[in-house]
Amino acid sequence: MTTHTLSVLVENKPGVLARVAALFSRRGFNIDSLAVGETEHPGVSRITIVVGVEAGSLEQVTKQLNKLIHVLKIVELEAGSSVQRELLLVKVRADAATRGQVIAAAELFKARSVDVTPDTVTFEVTGNSDKIEAFLEVLEPFGIKELVQSGTVALGRGAKSMASLSRYVSPNN
Amino acid sequence: MSTPVKAPKPGPQAAKAQPARPKAPRPAPPIGAPAAAPVLTGAQAVVRALEELQVEAVFGIPGGTILPAYDPLLDSDQVRHVLVRHEQGAGHAAQGYALATGKVGVCMATSGPGATNLVTPLADAYMDSVPIVAITGQVVTSSIGTDAFQEADICGITMPITKHSYLITDAADIPRVIAEAFHVASTGRPGPVLVDIPKDILQTEAPFVWPPRMDLPGYRPTTQPHGKQIREAAALIAEAKRPVLYVGGGVVKSGAHAELLALAELTGAPVVTTLMARGAFPDSHPQHLGMPGMHGTVPAVHALQKSDLLVSLGARFDDRVTGRLDSFAPDAKIVHVDIDPAEIGKNREADVPIVGDCRAAIAAMIDAYADPGQERLKTWWETLDDLRGRYPLGYTDIDDGLPAPQYVIERLGALAPEDTIWTTGVGQHQMWASQFISYEKPGTFLNSGGLGTMGFAVPAAMGAKLGQMGRTVWAVDGDGCFQMTNQELATCAIEGIPIKVAVINNGNLGMVRQWQTLFYDKRYSQTNLSTHHSEASPRIPDFVKLAEALGCVGLRADTADEVDAIIAQANAINDRPVVVDFTVGPDAMVWPMVPAGVSNDEILYARDVRPNFDDEGQI
Repeated sequence: MTTHTLSVLVENKPGVLARVAALFSRRGFNIDSLAVGETEHPGVSRITIVVGVEAGSLEQVTKQLNKLIHVLKIVELEAGSSVQRELLLVKVRADAATRGQVIAAAELFKARSVDVTPDTVTFEVTGNSDKIEAFLEVLEPFGIKELVQSGTVALGRGAKSMASLSRYVSPNN
Repeated sequence: MSTPVKAPKPGPQAAKAQPARPKAPRPAPPIGAPAAAPVLTGAQAVVRALEELQVEAVFGIPGGTILPAYDPLLDSDQVRHVLVRHEQGAGHAAQGYALATGKVGVCMATSGPGATNLVTPLADAYMDSVPIVAITGQVVTSSIGTDAFQEADICGITMPITKHSYLITDAADIPRVIAEAFHVASTGRPGPVLVDIPKDILQTEAPFVWPPRMDLPGYRPTTQPHGKQIREAAALIAEAKRPVLYVGGGVVKSGAHAELLALAELTGAPVVTTLMARGAFPDSHPQHLGMPGMHGTVPAVHALQKSDLLVSLGARFDDRVTGRLDSFAPDAKIVHVDIDPAEIGKNREADVPIVGDCRAAIAAMIDAYADPGQERLKTWWETLDDLRGRYPLGYTDIDDGLPAPQYVIERLGALAPEDTIWTTGVGQHQMWASQFISYEKPGTFLNSGGLGTMGFAVPAAMGAKLGQMGRTVWAVDGDGCFQMTNQELATCAIEGIPIKVAVINNGNLGMVRQWQTLFYDKRYSQTNLSTHHSEASPRIPDFVKLAEALGCVGLRADTADEVDAIIAQANAINDRPVVVDFTVGPDAMVWPMVPAGVSNDEILYARDVRPNFDDEGQI
């Protein structure tokens, strides 16, 4: 089982997310994370999907996705040639005694404190999933009260853009 | 108080009185600019769009939310609506029509239960790549999501079993959406498309723009095969010592039968035709080994197993063909031609993948083929001919005083008028119809392959007959299948669609019973349907009486002697539907058979009889 990040350009039509998500469950593939948003082109959305599959299955996933009428293009983004980020909001226990340590730890991860109470601090941090995981490990001993994470978003490195390469080019090629 | 104007107003005459001036040149309208679009209700737009798309037949049932669309339908001279008795019948009839004519089949239903009754035919059409468009009514836009009366999220329900679906939210979109639905259904890998229209949208007026501009940026099926891949495939065929052309339904869908015949004769390779491709290659052709798979012929199954090159043409390596996948055709390289890229490599890795239309691909392969002669295939043909000689399709009569079902079906085939179209349900009778009727032309054997939908035969025959009124249409059905959809015989009788139905009545769910005989120690759990006459019970139902009640001619044959005469009688009736109840014994089984989940090498020619392949350590 390997993890892959797929960037999927879709027409921004009602039900398109349901079609994509349903296809994964129907064909027996697991979504690790999913993020959707608009793009630089009006009417085109970008879905970033992190999926864990056996080697041969990735091709099958992308081929099946390509068959969806609203899917315009699919690109697999390799970790080395792309920027991949998640957003984490985490509320951690921090009283007068521990607040200093907690904030020091957060600074190492370039996390920003966005809310403070006498007993807690809430941090915002972005990074790839390794960094997020490491940050959570450091906070764990202080006591994590609540956390929420976004799906991964990813962009290829270099000057090219996925949509300009492909605007309405057959996704089968 | 109003004063009627009596004096004519100064009109053109007055203008003429003016001194003539040179006419200013009028700007020409841009080429292709539409005339002012007429304003139609959504309902009128639906019917008008169907007319513009040359639709001749719609199968359906009206109901609350689709009601507006039925009003303009009454005025259409071109679109004939066939009022079915159950929406499932509408869907299968649309499939039968599509398969028999090559056009898009259309069915219509109301929201909620009307729409959910279409689920089975949509799933069937999806599995077998049949181009149909289903138009369903939906509750009014403001009620969607409120669990309103007869509300069902049919787009959501059918998402996994349609090629595409639409929920229309603007009446102005109707022409575009219907045009797109037909385009998507009939191009690339064909399939079902659903168009769901809320009742208020059907009642809203909007300009009807035709032809509409289709907006499908993400839909561009690849039809032209890649030249390099074609050359590689042609080179592999020229080298192969044990090639097989493995022909699937895609050859029928793309109309590639003439090209297939040419390729087969050019290369000298043996041909097998799957259940979906029966008729794509003439059964009478000496290179045809028959059907492969679970109930395929011994030579066809063995040819695939021992092949060194499978040229798969519009087939999808279905489990009923491959048996246990990891032992399927272990020595074969694979050339896989399919218009759907997702089929290639799905079940079996392809050495030469070719995405494209079968007809174009086969034609290109013929062009690219450097003919090395057929001498190298001599040993291969000797092996296969030997198997053909030793293991032909056949059956042994079971001494129960009743005609053998295979005999009945064989006689049906032998006595049928030329160009007869056959439909079947699913089960033993379907396999026997595939085995014991000779198919010479594509589009003459219509059945439910992928989904295996019992009850397909009668409504599909109705649709096929409507599309091909000049041809005989025989539905070969089982007594189990027939009881699922026979209500459409009422439709046939009333609408003047004289199909013929042969009920191969063994009184049981025959295929299930066969498995109980073979794998469940003859413990016959829930397979007896009591459609035979016995001391304990009369025939329930009596199919002859049932046929008569439905406005058909009902006939019965109980002995082998009367089979021919009854078939001739049925063939002579062309003004009404005919149902023939052929009483056959329950113990006949479909052979050969590869039991489920084992290698095709384990094929049994008959019960406990494994063919002697003389192949230990050879080939």
